Amino acid sequence: MNNKDLMLQHPLAKYLRQERMPHIWCEGCGNGILLNSFLEALDELQLDLDNIVVISGIGCIGRAAGYVNVDSFHTTHGRAIPFATGVKLANPQLKVVVISGDGDLFAIGGNHFIHAARRNVDIKVICANNFNYGMTGGQYGPTTPLEAWTTTTPYGNIEHPFNLVHLAAASGAVYAARWTTLQVRRLKASIKKALQKEGFSLIEVISPCPEIYDRYNKLGTAVEVMKWFKLVSEVHKAYDPAKAVITKNRIIIGEFVDIEKPSYGRLLREMTAQVKEDLEGENTK
Amino acid sequence: MTPQKLWRKPLDAEKIGLPKAEIHVITDLCKGCDFCIEFCPKKVLEKSNKLNKRGAYPPKVVDEDNCALCSFCTAICPEFAVFTIEKERREGSESGEKQ
Amino acid sequence: MAKNNKAVLTGTHFLSGDLACAEGALAAGCRFFGGYPITPATEIAERMARRLPQIGGIYIQMEDEIASIAAVIGASYAGKKAMTATSGPGFSLMQENIGLAVMTEAPLVIVDIMRGGPSTGQPTMPGQQDVMQAKWGSHGDYEIIALAPSSVQEMFDLTIECFNLAETFRVPVMLLADEIIGHMWERVEIPPSNEITIINRKKPVVPPREYHPFQPDDDLVPPMACFGEGYRFHATGLTHDEKGAPKTVSIPEQTKLVKRLCGKIRTNTDTIIQVKEVTLEDADVVVVAYGIASRAALSAVRKARTQGIKAGLLRLITIWPFPEKLVAQIAEQAKAIIVPEMNCGQLVREVERAAKTTPVSLLSKLGEEPHRPSEIVEAMRRM
Repeated sequence: MNNKDLMLQHPLAKYLRQERMPHIWCEGCGNGILLNSFLEALDELQLDLDNIVVISGIGCIGRAAGYVNVDSFHTTHGRAIPFATGVKLANPQLKVVVISGDGDLFAIGGNHFIHAARRNVDIKVICANNFNYGMTGGQYGPTTPLEAWTTTTPYGNIEHPFNLVHLAAASGAVYAARWTTLQVRRLKASIKKALQKEGFSLIEVISPCPEIYDRYNKLGTAVEVMKWFKLVSEVHKAYDPAKAVITKNRIIIGEFVDIEKPSYGRLLREMTAQVKEDLEGENTK
Repeated sequence: MTPQKLWRKPLDAEKIGLPKAEIHVITDLCKGCDFCIEFCPKKVLEKSNKLNKRGAYPPKVVDEDNCALCSFCTAICPEFAVFTIEKERREGSESGEKQ
Repeated sequence: MAKNNKAVLTGTHFLSGDLACAEGALAAGCRFFGGYPITPATEIAERMARRLPQIGGIYIQMEDEIASIAAVIGASYAGKKAMTATSGPGFSLMQENIGLAVMTEAPLVIVDIMRGGPSTGQPTMPGQQDVMQAKWGSHGDYEIIALAPSSVQEMFDLTIECFNLAETFRVPVMLLADEIIGHMWERVEIPPSNEITIINRKKPVVPPREYHPFQPDDDLVPPMACFGEGYRFHATGLTHDEKGAPKTVSIPEQTKLVKRLCGKIRTNTDTIIQVKEVTLEDADVVVVAYGIASRAALSAVRKARTQGIKAGLLRLITIWPFPEKLVAQIAEQAKAIIVPEMNCGQLVREVERAAKTTPVSLLSKLGEEPHRPSEIVEAMRRM
């Protein structure tokens, strides 16, 4: 069978815009694994693809929206979450997923992240965290570890990184989980869970960046980075997110937050119904 | 007691049989990250020496019979370039087809 | 009166410009407002927060103006008529995403109640200092539509017009008012809803498989599918082809797209542009004015006529696209043109460009005091 026919036989073929494959991501980049897990989650849940919207920001992973065969939008840098907020509120039937990177979501878009989490807007944020700005050639960002070498930290990074799951928890997310691209089964299960849950969810995916960040920091090949993930990952359930700081020797993975809280959309609809009811009551008086 | 002594052959092994896999590699999509080769629990894949049009050496199937159909290769492939299909059950299977 | 479950409050009202703008939006079918409080546009948000839930619409106060416009683009793509309202500082923050709305052809309305700038400037004072920013604020080449109301009634009427233009051409449309028009209270007539012209975006007539989200019809405007309608399309701020696929290095695709985005406005200027002409037929001195300045200009022209000066007024309702042809025609017969603006001279540059050799004189005002008719008459005498 030739490659084209084989592509169509791939179990996830119908979820991809095949004409845009292969994607732009480098060899060994974790973005493809993240996308793969997301599509598997969609497949297993058998959701109506017409009701799913994938929104991304700018950066390598920003191209993800364009590869998924659902309604999708590639916004400006950092603005995927407020755009998604507008989409979700305007049409509550839609399942709205933001797939973007650590720089996009937590530096330029950081304010939007905390406020969407605080409001508990029913959107699912899947963040590829590769510890740097890959698209622009490897500059430091809000998740770059202390002392790491990037093109804009030529003497080593002197900024403290964000702990994303802690930030999500503190901001009010109802679900926050972290996995590496090695735990594909758990990652998929997590995405499925978030998709079925009401409220603001963050799934952080620690991802190799073999061509840029990992190479600059002499972390080895993509396989070696994945092996490092295996070595240092510790699975916990309901671990205190405040203590889940990522270090060279330990990456705490698992679900950190899994709570129930009414979403913004639900409260908005309830309020609107009440306002209308009250008005009608007054009018008939 | 050593762990070996705890290990036993399942009683219904003869009846159930093992799945038989068909592994497909979409060679042109592969960028050569080797995740599928490295993380296959059964070491079914190996790096080939045939350069694809993207300048990578895609994996080749060296031991299809040993594939447990866990589909970890499918899930970990960033390129959607490998997948497995359950072809039929091996001898000992009741129906010979996927249940 | 703000307590009402009707979208169109037919009748005669006494309203401020900001409130009339909100009512115009609701009458036009706006059902999503994303905004952030800012003087002197806050009353629009307040009115929308109160009124939208009454008619099943959505009000959300975002964390800043960047988020506001992003949410409005999202709501537009999810099928709602959507709007935001702001003033100078917020308008500056919105500029990048105004470009995104242009590039992805999202119909929406941005209200800018102009105050004194630059920077925080004079929040409670009027200005017309965002005129050039409205046209050129976002990076890259594009055309924009901006309307300038000069009365509270026009705050209502032109807000509806903004929505109709946005839906017709799939563009962000701006209502550029100033603090005085925004805060001034006047009588407003709201017609019965069946007498209000409402235009809705055209929808695709082909099945999803054949739908290309950025393939235009003859009018250069592509039909618009929305999220959740089964078309499963992709839109991006990157240069893209008709299918929405990124084309980041193709020069022909870049040329084709940008020319079409500009072209859909440029080729339709005649249908877009609205002006009011007052005694222009035999005018020697023509005042070209918009917004608050045009009110004094109208008085000035009438006064001048009583004093034997052949004065005329061209009041621009549409300031972008600029009515270049019309100004050029008027300039041919006029001996002089006066442009009163509440800035250091912005739209006057466009007038000069169109007027060619006819002398154009700027009457600049900054701060609290708008133009007085007598000042404009005096300027006429000087010409």
